[in-house]
Amino acid sequence: MPDAVLAGVGGQGNVLSAKVLAETALRMGYDVKTSEVHGMAQRGGSVICMVRWGERVHSPLVPEGRAAFLLAFELLEGMRFLRYLSGEGTAIVNLYRLDPLPVLRGDAEYPQEALQVIRACAARTLEMDARAMAAEAGNPRAAGSVLLGALSVHLDFPQDAWREAIVSSVPSKAVEVNLRAFSAGAEYATAVNRPGRGGG
Amino acid sequence: MKRVLLSGNEAVAMGAWCAGVRVAAAYPGTPSTEILEELSRLPGVYCEWSPNEKVALEVGIGSCLGGARTLVAMKHVGLNVAADPWMTLPYIGVNAGLVLAVADDPGMHSSQNEQDSRYYARMAKVPMLEPADSAECFEMVGAALELSERYDTPVMLRLETRVSHSRTVVEYREDRRGVDLTYEKDAVKRVMIPGHARLRHPVVIERLARLQQESERSPFNRAEMRSTRIGIVSSGVCYQYVREAFPEASVYKLGFVYPLPEKALREFASHFRRLYVVEEMEPWIEENLKAMGLDVVGKARVPRDGELNPDVVARSLCELMEMDTGVKGGGWSPPLPRAKPPEEASLPARPPVMCPGCPHRGLFYALRRNKAVVSSDIGCYTLSVLPPLSGIDCQVCMGAGVGMALGLEKAFASSETNADKAGKVVGVLGDSTFIHGGITGLIDMVYNRTPSTIVILDNRTTAMTGFQDHPGTGRTLMGEETHALDLAELARAVGVESVRIVDPWDLAQTEAAIAEEMAAPRTSVIVSRRPCVLRERHQGAPYRVDAGKCDACKSCLRLGCPALVMRGDSAAVDEDLCVGCSLCAQLCRRGAIEEVGEGA
Repeated sequence: MPDAVLAGVGGQGNVLSAKVLAETALRMGYDVKTSEVHGMAQRGGSVICMVRWGERVHSPLVPEGRAAFLLAFELLEGMRFLRYLSGEGTAIVNLYRLDPLPVLRGDAEYPQEALQVIRACAARTLEMDARAMAAEAGNPRAAGSVLLGALSVHLDFPQDAWREAIVSSVPSKAVEVNLRAFSAGAEYATAVNRPGRGGG
Repeated sequence: MKRVLLSGNEAVAMGAWCAGVRVAAAYPGTPSTEILEELSRLPGVYCEWSPNEKVALEVGIGSCLGGARTLVAMKHVGLNVAADPWMTLPYIGVNAGLVLAVADDPGMHSSQNEQDSRYYARMAKVPMLEPADSAECFEMVGAALELSERYDTPVMLRLETRVSHSRTVVEYREDRRGVDLTYEKDAVKRVMIPGHARLRHPVVIERLARLQQESERSPFNRAEMRSTRIGIVSSGVCYQYVREAFPEASVYKLGFVYPLPEKALREFASHFRRLYVVEEMEPWIEENLKAMGLDVVGKARVPRDGELNPDVVARSLCELMEMDTGVKGGGWSPPLPRAKPPEEASLPARPPVMCPGCPHRGLFYALRRNKAVVSSDIGCYTLSVLPPLSGIDCQVCMGAGVGMALGLEKAFASSETNADKAGKVVGVLGDSTFIHGGITGLIDMVYNRTPSTIVILDNRTTAMTGFQDHPGTGRTLMGEETHALDLAELARAVGVESVRIVDPWDLAQTEAAIAEEMAAPRTSVIVSRRPCVLRERHQGAPYRVDAGKCDACKSCLRLGCPALVMRGDSAAVDEDLCVGCSLCAQLCRRGAIEEVGEGA
């Protein structure tokens, strides 16, 4: 069961990206379950979403160490939820740092080694400045679609299913930008997709 | 047939619509809020945000008696507010069906406690169904309404965060039933004077015995026989965790959870040396099975606090299962990481924070400057408890900021050790929560001559749960314009002599108003009014720090604004995040912070 965990900060859009991934898997005829947390988490806190698909899915929560994919929307949040990633799994990382309040106030240090730790725990990492790529596609807030595009290269879902899921999940005025961002992510991942450690 | 992904809450709404629900009422509360939001988008259903959960249930009682199938929704703590009608409703019974959807929040993702609503079903002698995914949410709403009508009883649909907020596949036909029952007066059954209630209580008890037989036959209860060495009893999302952690185990899956199908459970138990019970929060199923004399292991191993998940379930039971069965780990094996992932505790936390430009920030800064003792209630403003604002002394439930302020004030008034705090008490609450549970406390305050100050943080919406309307906003859940309750006028009407409105983005004005009202020996109300910045985006230019003028005194950082950072020897503003509220500029003694576009 190729579970995916999407880790980010409230407002980054990982809830929407999880929805797009889940809708794509649904179109492939799979049983699908997702999990997300609303409420407090949306006020700039850590937000984790999980998407699972397969012939039959039981728990909406991914067990630790079993996810095939970790989409890190932000480095510290990717590091925080690494425990869900399988030792055989792939980390798709947005090279983006957003300091949490304790760091802003000088009470804690941002872990400089975040990327190294992610690389050590993942069988493969795919690293990109998704925010810049999304900005080039028209809006930096579409970074999640860049990461999904990169993920799409590792899955056998046809492009049409992804496109339909984006059209049905994203607000209509943002569809074009998200489709462009998705393509940019897919192209980048295709270019660096080779055995062993890609990206970087 | 449609095949779609729905959250549990969306599935409850769709199931209710298909079952012909015509009236629905709720007060927003995570994780239950989306039920009414979704239902209000479907045609032919009257949906309302009620001022609080008690009113929502009373509206529901009226409408089901009036012949309309009815859904009432709330979070677990909301049922405490609605407990009064809830306990007597089973005596009265229904006419058309009434379902109460209650969402518990194990792990307290967005709640103040981990109470287990299942006890409310037993206490009121009301049948309870518990879905394990969205497909069951859809199906059980309809089944619950029929059960309600057949047995003349309200039915509880018990949800949890991971059912309400997980999306799973639902296949359904978009058909809507029409249910319209005749209203006939029946005062002996519906007017609970003692003489009538004494007649009705035996009916409730007898009904419960019949419901137990119904539970024995219910398709929502089933024994899934696999291994004969491990037998587990579970319900709701915990059933999914059990299937994940121990796929070979036999499981008795409960869906009709109260009353329990005792005969069927005994039969299941007879296949095993003992039973394991996996349930979140309280040992509710476990206690019932033990009372039946069955040998069960539950909370001796499975945690009673916090949220369960497949890992917690597996780790808590694997040793014991290995001892019982000889199978290594009971069939579960831990993951094999490539490298040790970091411990959560070793990383900087990222707690939710008040947004840049949040109108609550200025108010709490001003309270702190006045050294107020602050009693509060529940909303985004509760986030001000965190440093650096550290703005709240005590908080318990909606509306409680007012009553607690009164109590603190009376205790300080007769105290020698706390004499310095007398007159320093300020109760704070939100616009929605003032209407929900604060107004009666304010009446008490005036009535009993209390010299405290109450601040209503009026941001024109119910922000924390995602911007729901309330009686002060002038709009209904159905999107209609309506009378907007004037909170200041309401405070004057209950006898508050001094009611004033401040703009919390004006620090000097806000701080002075608080100082004056704290000093005055009377009940006073300050309405701190500015719309939520997420709701009504402020279009002002961002601010920036002139690093040459900044002397790194860090005064501005005391606001706890996520847009303010230290960069080297100077404070700095993240212009992407700044919405231009200007609080930091108002605080800067060196005039180092100015609007982008102004000055050099």
